[in-house]
Amino acid sequence: MTTLIALVVAAVTFGTVLMFGTLGEILTEKSGNLNLGVEGIMYMGGAFGLGGAFYYEKAVGAAASNGTVALIIAIVAAFAIGALAGLIFSFITVTLRANQNVTGLALTIFGTGVGQFTGEFMRVKEGGYVALSNNLKEVFVKPIFPQALVNIPVVGKLLFSHNIFLYLGLILALVMHFYLTKTRSGLYLRSVGESPSTADTAGINITVYKYLATIIGGGISAIGGMVYITTTAGCVWNHEGLAGVGWLAVALVIFCMWKPLNAVWGSILFGALMIMYLRLYIPGLPTEIYKILPYVVTVIVLVLSSMRNNREKQPPMSLGLNYFREER
Amino acid sequence: MSKEKRSPMIHLAKRSEIDPKAAWAIRFGSVIVALILGMIPVMITGNNPIEAYGIIIKGSLSKPMYIKQTLKVAIPLLGCALAIAPCFKMRFWNIGAEGQITAGAIAASYFALYWSDKLPHIVLLVVMFLSAIVVGGIWGLIPAFFKAKWNTNETLFTLMMNYIIIGIVAYLQGGPWEGRKGSQIIPMFAKNARLPEVFGVHCGWIIVLVLTLLMHIYMNYTKHGFEVAVIGDSSNTARYAGMNVGSIMMRTMFLSGAICGIVGFITVSGANHTLYSGVANGVGFTSITVAWLSQLNCFAMIIISMVLAILTKGSNTLQTKLAVPASISGIVTGILLFCMLGCEFFINYEIKIRRNKEAKV
Repeated sequence: MTTLIALVVAAVTFGTVLMFGTLGEILTEKSGNLNLGVEGIMYMGGAFGLGGAFYYEKAVGAAASNGTVALIIAIVAAFAIGALAGLIFSFITVTLRANQNVTGLALTIFGTGVGQFTGEFMRVKEGGYVALSNNLKEVFVKPIFPQALVNIPVVGKLLFSHNIFLYLGLILALVMHFYLTKTRSGLYLRSVGESPSTADTAGINITVYKYLATIIGGGISAIGGMVYITTTAGCVWNHEGLAGVGWLAVALVIFCMWKPLNAVWGSILFGALMIMYLRLYIPGLPTEIYKILPYVVTVIVLVLSSMRNNREKQPPMSLGLNYFREER
Repeated sequence: MSKEKRSPMIHLAKRSEIDPKAAWAIRFGSVIVALILGMIPVMITGNNPIEAYGIIIKGSLSKPMYIKQTLKVAIPLLGCALAIAPCFKMRFWNIGAEGQITAGAIAASYFALYWSDKLPHIVLLVVMFLSAIVVGGIWGLIPAFFKAKWNTNETLFTLMMNYIIIGIVAYLQGGPWEGRKGSQIIPMFAKNARLPEVFGVHCGWIIVLVLTLLMHIYMNYTKHGFEVAVIGDSSNTARYAGMNVGSIMMRTMFLSGAICGIVGFITVSGANHTLYSGVANGVGFTSITVAWLSQLNCFAMIIISMVLAILTKGSNTLQTKLAVPASISGIVTGILLFCMLGCEFFINYEIKIRRNKEAKV
C-alpha cells in the first residue's frame, strides 16, 4: 500500500511536468498550428526558469531571498522564453507561410541548443553547479496544504501532499476547459482551428488568434520544463532527464483528444509510466527494457487512436495547414 | 483622402516565376543573416564572434587530422540526409532516422561480434551491409505501414521508435552483448569486421558519394521518384492518377530506413568499431537540417553536410578554447533553418510598396 501511494505521488510529480507541456500544446493546436517544437520549448523553459530563480537569489543574497518571489520569477522567466519561441514559430508559419512540421523541428533543434547552452554557460560562469539554496528549493517542492491535511492517512498523501505546480496545472486545465467550451472567444479560437476560411468569412481575425494561441501555448509548455528542473531534477540543470519529455507531451495531446481535462489524468498516467522502473520492480524485466515502456505505450496509443473513427475524437480539421486567404 | 480609398502601404503578390539565380541569391543572403544572428550567443558569453568563427574554421579544417575528423562527422550526415530526402519530398515526416541508424547498427554489430571468426573479411562486410539494410528498412517500414493503413501520425511514431531501439541497445550493452562483466561496454570489433580506409578515412565516404549519385537519379529520373513527387504535391492527385499511395509510402520508407541502416553500418564498422546506445549521436536530427537546407537537392547536400560538420567539429574546439558551450552549434543550426524556411517566402512572394504618386492621382 505504501509503495502504491509513493508510486502515485511520484507519478503526479512527473505528470505535472507533462501536464503543462500538454496543456500548452492543446491551446496551440486548437488554433490549427501544429507546433512540434515543444521539446525545444521545454528545454528553454527549464534553463531560463532555473536561471531566473538562481540569479534572483544571487542578486539579493540567500538570506534575504523570498521563496514566493523566486517562484514567480521562475514561472515568468520560463513563460517569457516559451512565448518568444511561440512568437518565432507563428512569425515563420503564419506570416512567412513556411511549413509547420519543419519549422517545429527547427524550433526543437534551436530550443534544445539554447537550453543546453544556457544551462552549461551558467555552470561554467558560476564555476561548478548552479543550484538554489535549500530554503529556496523547498518552496518548489513542498506541499502547499497544512501538515494536518497531509497527515490524513492515504487521502492526505494522495490529494494534499503535492507541490504548488500540480494545483496550478489543475486550475489551468479547468480555465482552459471553460474558455474553450463556454466563452465566445474560445469558440472563435476553435473555429479558426477547424475551418479558417469559415472563420475568416465570419470576420474573425485569423492571424491574431493563431499568434496569441501559439504564444500563450508556448509559454505554458515552457513552464513544464521549468517544473521538471525545479522539482524532479532538484534545481540543477539536467538535460538528460528532460530529453523526450516534450515529444511525449505532443503525443499526449493526441491521447487526450485535444481536451484539457483529459490532459490531467493522461499526463499523470504517463508520469507513472515514466517513473515506474524506479519504484515498482518487475522480476525478470531488465531496467533498460522497462525504461522504454512509456514509448511503447505511446506507439500503441497512437495506433489505437488512429484506428477509431469517431467524429468527436478528431484533431482540429486544419491542424498543420497554413491558411492563405488568397489561395482558397 | 477618405479612408476607404486608401490602398495598403505594403501588399504581397505571388511571383509567377523567379530566376533560379535570384532564388539562390536570396537563400545565400539568408545564410549570411543566420550567421550574423548566430553571433549573438557568442557575444553574450563575452567573446569576439569573428574570432569564434575563426576558431570554428581553424578547429575543423586547419590540419589534415582535423579535416579527417570533420569528414567523419560529415559522412553519416550526408548519408542520412539522402535517406530523409524522398520521405520529405513525399511530405512524410520521418524523424526516426536516428532509430533506423541504430537498428542497422545493431544488425551489423551482431554479425561483427558473432560471425567474425567464421567468415572472411569481404564476405563478412557484405553480410553486415545487407543485414543493416534489411533491419534498418524494417524499422522504417513499421511506421509507414500504420500510416498507410490507418493514417497514424508518422512524426510521433517514427520518433518513439528512436527511443525504443536506443533502449534496446542500452539493454544489449549491459546484458547479452556485454564484454567484460559489469563494464556496460560491447567489445571492440575484430579486424575483419572493420571497413578499410581509403586516403586515411574509412571507405564509408565512397559509399555515401555513390549513394548521392544513385539518389539523385532515383528522385529525378525514375518512375518511383516521380510518384514520390506527386504524392508530396497532392496525395489526392496521386490517388486520382491511380497510384497506390499506401504502398508507395511503405516502399519509400523501407528505402529510407535501409539507407539509414547503411549509415549505421558505416558508423559501427568504419568509425566506432563497436556499438553503444548513442551510436546515432543526433545525426538523425541534424540530417533533417541538411536535407531541408539543400532543398532536397542531393548534390547540395554534400556541401551542406560539410558546412554542418565544420560547425559541429569547430564548436568542440570553441568549447575547449573559449569555454563557449559546444551546444552553440545547435543554436546556429536552428537559426540557419529558421532563416532558410523564412526566406522561401521572399522567393515565392513579391513585396510591393505603394508608391505615393499613384495615390495622389
